[in-house]
Amino acid sequence: MATETTNSIFWKGARDAAPFILVIGPFALLFGVVATEAGLEIAATMSFSIFVIAGAAQLTALQLLVDQAPTVIVLVSALAVNLRMAMYSASITPYLGAAPLWQRALVAYFIVDQSYALSVLRYEQNRHWNLAQRLTYYFGTVAPVIPMWYLCTLVGALLGGSIPDSFALDFAVPITFLALITPMVRTPAHLAAALVSITVALAFAFLPYNLGLLVAGILAMATGAEVERRTGGSP
Amino acid sequence: MIDRAELWLVIVLLALGSYGLRFVFIGLIGNRPLPEWLLRHLRYTAVAVLPGLVAPLVLWPAATGGSFDAPRMAAAMVTIAAGFLTRNVLISVITGGAALYLGLYLAG
Repeated sequence: MATETTNSIFWKGARDAAPFILVIGPFALLFGVVATEAGLEIAATMSFSIFVIAGAAQLTALQLLVDQAPTVIVLVSALAVNLRMAMYSASITPYLGAAPLWQRALVAYFIVDQSYALSVLRYEQNRHWNLAQRLTYYFGTVAPVIPMWYLCTLVGALLGGSIPDSFALDFAVPITFLALITPMVRTPAHLAAALVSITVALAFAFLPYNLGLLVAGILAMATGAEVERRTGGSP
Repeated sequence: MIDRAELWLVIVLLALGSYGLRFVFIGLIGNRPLPEWLLRHLRYTAVAVLPGLVAPLVLWPAATGGSFDAPRMAAAMVTIAAGFLTRNVLISVITGGAALYLGLYLAG
């Protein structure tokens, strides 16, 4: 049996994450294009992708800014979309919590759907990995994904204005969100949460300041948690 | 037009908030376990917020001045169907996009 070198574990992470470039790339491209279309200069668009690094939250914020929603609503809605990052943070802590603070600070910055999902999966499979090996794998998964995220945002931002209206790019955002959400709906609890979210958001669409979305989010989250509690078992 | 001051305020606060959410447990809580009820709510945040955000965009698209648009509704349905069947984000986006263009073409 071959011994696992730091190098090989890093590349294992990078290899595992490589296919996600196909998801990350177009998503970043879309954000760049939509942001430019909404009138954002390149500095603002890139700041979103570099400092927020969360596509769904970025698009949520942008959509609500375009809708002239109040700042508080923009922030609360986008952060609510990002609450799952806190869940990821909680769930990798048992594996990486013993690292020094500066390393944990770096790990935190790079928590995204892909680095989290791959790392937790491999940590489960390789329980003999020590802390250094786990960190190496984690940063391996980040290596192909994050630079691509920055780069494709930039390309999208530069392309931005040159895409004609006949491409119906307005609808790229709903389609991307639907494609992201649907695979997340794995249990009756997820389905119940999604249905409550849609129903309440539409029923309360008349509320000012996009408050309907806030009400929908809170009720849907409580619904998901309650259905899970009653049906038993987490996904 | 988006107000510049508001835009930068959102970027700064959203960046700080997002980092805070990522850092909160691994940075501050360390190895202490979390209450199960909290984790149970956190699991449903994305699926609780995003459908509510998308539903009005599908039903009342801005591109048609907020009136119902058959090609866009059909594209949304196709995207959802593809998502359920394939569980693959990229395939769903491509299928949904193809359905939208086909619908717009057929609608003239």
